[in-house]
Amino acid sequence: MAFPQPRPQVPQLPQHLLRTIECQQGAVRAVRFNADGNYVLTCGSDKSLKLWSVSRGTLLKTYTGHGYEVLDVDSSYDNSQLCSCSSDKTVILWDVASGQVTRKLRGHAGKVNCVQFNEEATVMLSGSIDGTVRCWDTRSRRYEPIQILDEARDGISSLKVSEHELLIGSVDGRVRLYDLRMGQLHVDFIGSPITCVCFSRDGQCTLSSSLDSTVRLLDKSSGEMLGEYSGHVNKGYKLDCCLSDKDTHVLSCSEDGHVYFWDLVEGSLTLKLPVGKAVVQSLSFHPTEPRLLTAMEGHVQVWGAEPEDAAVEDG
Amino acid sequence: NMASDEDSDEDFVTYGTPLEPLEEDEPIRKPVPVHEQTVKDEKGRYKRFHGAFTGGFSAGYFNTVGSQEGWTPSTFVSSRQQKAERQNARPEDFMDEEDFSEHGIAPREIVTTEDFASERKDQLKDKARAVSSLAALIPGDTGLLEELIAPARSSIGVELLRKMGWKDGQGVGPRLKRRQRKQNTDAVKVHGGALLPSGSEESEDEDDEFAPENVTFAPKDVVPVDFTPKVDSHGLGYRGLNPLQALGGGSESAHINLFTLQSDRTSSLFGDRNSGQKRRGGIAGQAFGVGAMENEDADIYHKDSMSNYDTVLGGEEPGDGLYGWTAPQQYTRKKNDSKRDVVYLGRILDGFTLASQVTEIKTVYPPPDLPRDYRPVHYFRPVVDLSTVSPIVAQALQASRGHLSQDAPQQGRHSLDSSQRRDMLGETPLQGPSSVFELLGSKDRERLNEIRSVAKEQNKSSTAPQPDSLTSPAKTQASSETQMALNAWSGPTADASKTFKPFQKNPQKQARYDLYINKLKKGDKEALESSLDSSMTEWERGRERDEFVRAAVLYKPSNSSLSSRFTRSKNEDDTDSVEVTRDQENDVDDKQAAVKMKMFGKLTRDTFEWHPEKLLCKRFNVPDPYPGSSTVGMPKIKRDKYSVFNFLTITDSSHVSREGPKVNKKSRWDKTGKVSEPKDPLSAFLSETRSEVSVAKQIEAGAKNQTDSSHTEPKTDEEEKEEDEEEVRPPMDLFKAIFASSSDEKSSSSSEEDSEEEEVAPSTSEPIQISAETLNPPVSAQITPAPDISKVPGII
Repeated sequence: MAFPQPRPQVPQLPQHLLRTIECQQGAVRAVRFNADGNYVLTCGSDKSLKLWSVSRGTLLKTYTGHGYEVLDVDSSYDNSQLCSCSSDKTVILWDVASGQVTRKLRGHAGKVNCVQFNEEATVMLSGSIDGTVRCWDTRSRRYEPIQILDEARDGISSLKVSEHELLIGSVDGRVRLYDLRMGQLHVDFIGSPITCVCFSRDGQCTLSSSLDSTVRLLDKSSGEMLGEYSGHVNKGYKLDCCLSDKDTHVLSCSEDGHVYFWDLVEGSLTLKLPVGKAVVQSLSFHPTEPRLLTAMEGHVQVWGAEPEDAAVEDG
Repeated sequence: NMASDEDSDEDFVTYGTPLEPLEEDEPIRKPVPVHEQTVKDEKGRYKRFHGAFTGGFSAGYFNTVGSQEGWTPSTFVSSRQQKAERQNARPEDFMDEEDFSEHGIAPREIVTTEDFASERKDQLKDKARAVSSLAALIPGDTGLLEELIAPARSSIGVELLRKMGWKDGQGVGPRLKRRQRKQNTDAVKVHGGALLPSGSEESEDEDDEFAPENVTFAPKDVVPVDFTPKVDSHGLGYRGLNPLQALGGGSESAHINLFTLQSDRTSSLFGDRNSGQKRRGGIAGQAFGVGAMENEDADIYHKDSMSNYDTVLGGEEPGDGLYGWTAPQQYTRKKNDSKRDVVYLGRILDGFTLASQVTEIKTVYPPPDLPRDYRPVHYFRPVVDLSTVSPIVAQALQASRGHLSQDAPQQGRHSLDSSQRRDMLGETPLQGPSSVFELLGSKDRERLNEIRSVAKEQNKSSTAPQPDSLTSPAKTQASSETQMALNAWSGPTADASKTFKPFQKNPQKQARYDLYINKLKKGDKEALESSLDSSMTEWERGRERDEFVRAAVLYKPSNSSLSSRFTRSKNEDDTDSVEVTRDQENDVDDKQAAVKMKMFGKLTRDTFEWHPEKLLCKRFNVPDPYPGSSTVGMPKIKRDKYSVFNFLTITDSSHVSREGPKVNKKSRWDKTGKVSEPKDPLSAFLSETRSEVSVAKQIEAGAKNQTDSSHTEPKTDEEEKEEDEEEVRPPMDLFKAIFASSSDEKSSSSSEEDSEEEEVAPSTSEPIQISAETLNPPVSAQITPAPDISKVPGII
């Protein structure tokens, strides 16, 4: 079974606020670590996309070019490119260093909720409210998608890409797993509109949060439920969930201003991290270290396992 | 032996530098990397490579052209002390060294000197001499003087032979005894004996008699076969006219044979004759008479005789003395083959052989005689459709032409029934029993009739009378359909001419169907059975019966006012099918139950075949799972539009539509839906299924709308809404549910959840959003419960 072995030492949870970044870009729709976790990308409702340094909390670059609020962003493995999607129905491929738009892809019929690079940043996948996932080629100059996945019957809320699999959560209450290697599509019925999906780091499980205020851990190969985590509030917002860096905990945003940490195996609530009064919109876990980003309203908070003295002041 | 071997080792002479001895432990040498691969010129200097298009290797000093000056031309310098040398530029001066090499354009090759050259004449030299002779003292003379002066020179080979005791005229080789020589000639005779000049052998036989035993003879000289290549453009074997013969004295005695191949022989022959005769100067011939200078007048009245002409092309066979040359097989064999001679009497040209098989002569049959009144023009008869022309015209046409153009039966023979085929073949109908019943015995028949009558009695009470041949139990179900058809048609509706003709391709069948429809209209209950063709087999009739009933129900007359507004399309296109994904999801109901029981896994998972695009696989570095297939996405199949499933969805949607639109309008993200429907899993499930159904309905509606709406894009929300309102007005509580919530929110902004619908609000709920937006802060602010940052930046 796909349960990771519990570690002997107690895993440290990012419960100390290291830094608060005021993004100055309206509401922060999504916050994301880059591929190596040294930088932060924030999507603002003022059409801008910003790149920050995690360690210093300073703004490095602002990317402007979207016509409406930016909803999701992903960075390529080599940090040379970004892709972002927006309510203006476009997907933009950015050059990180110059801040120029490399490609602006139109094709979705509605706002684009989520975007993701594949492992080698050769394909961008974008999921839209129009119910389709479009696979855009970053290598060619074509402006048409390679393929359109239109199996979903309602808007796409979240998608993740692994080596050869696409995990797509839709508002129709189903999690679809496209296996390119096998040429198969697995549809897992959850019943409630999916807000976020993600793979576990070992690639054996899928995590999906839905609007019935539940996060479910499913076995990827069989679709059986391995764990169910509840207690948080998720009834109307598209909230993120994720797994911790070592797959020990399940994290989810909540509408009550907290981030909930559950033990993955036991399913018990480990920590209820108070972030603020408002809804925790988005979160992102550091790929290797116990470090967490949360987005609430117009600011982003960086959480670490150990308190950092100097960090608190520059908020 | 061993010793001698060792000795021989020392005797070896070695050339070149030996390869370094291979050592076993030596590591395999790595290939020299590119940056260490250098090129040096003749003087050991490094050459730089600039790439093929930028000049290749660097040349000369600093990439110039081999001289210090490079491309700059040397200027003419001459001083008193140092006179400029006159330079005679030769072509070689402008050529590169590579050009002189073996593969260059002017290779310097080793040529045999004249002494060692063979006697074959140098053609180039001959030509040069001929050209120079034109400018010589005596025009036209080709080296006459030179030949006079030229030293007698013989090649080294001849010299050597002479030193070895060879004399001119002898053959080359060891001297032979008489006997040996004779054997040799015999051997030759076996192969090409016929070719040997007969005279020579006799003379040798004569020699034979007084030849002493101990005397050896030189071998006979070999006449070299001259295989002269053909260089002119004459026909094969043609020699052209020799002016000496044509204009000289030869004309009177011999016919000029232009086809002589044995040039040597004939010319020698001519030579003999000419030598015997006195040569005449000037032009002579019968046309010119006898000149004053001529002392001979015998030939004035020249009489040409046929013997001067060849009657056979080529004349007699050559006895050419091709001594020692074995002719090709077919050349020698040809002689003995008498059959060949019969077939072909002419001389066979060199290089040609007779075909071994005689080509078959094709028999050509004369074309058939055309009928006397045949006109080679085709007249196309105008096609007249019976239905479009008035009956009077049709009759007139029929009378004049004999027949109207009819739609030729275009179906295959399988679609015809037996009677049709019979008619086409012109056979008379079979006189035998047409039904199995007639074969039965009278008792059995009676019994059957009894059973049937009983069944009839029973049926009469409930439904329409059963036709007497309806015996299978399945037909009882069909009876209800016949009743339906009867009900549909018996009313005073449209006339038959305007109804749809489903069997238009088969006129007979259509006629029968029309009859059936007509009888239906009259309310005839036996309409079906009586209109069928009684001569058809039972099975055929049964099938047709079903078809007719189905057609009658399907194409039942609509309101005449309506039906007159529609016309049937002329050509039937394949629109009866729709593309549907092949694999359908399992029942959502079961899944919902499984989710409720938290039994995720098999129950909630559907696995489909899915074809990724090839390029996508390539980009993901994944092999294409379906290398051969061209489908992308989910495999689709064509399904009949009139399939049961489609009807099912239609009927479903009709019952949903009463309260459906509200489900249709909102998504599950909507708060409003939850207001109207409290958290009841059952109702949630219901709405779920309904929304799915209504989606299917929407698609249909969309397909319908596409024809009249100019743009093919999915309909905008407002349109959709309007349409829905037209169809069925949703109940009041729906509107309440929608608008009450927004008004609540207006009054109490504390209920954040209602207003703060993020993203995934489906397109259908747009009107609601708009209404909310006008009253509330912009969307950006809605999403964050905090005061809008973008709007009031001063706060922070």
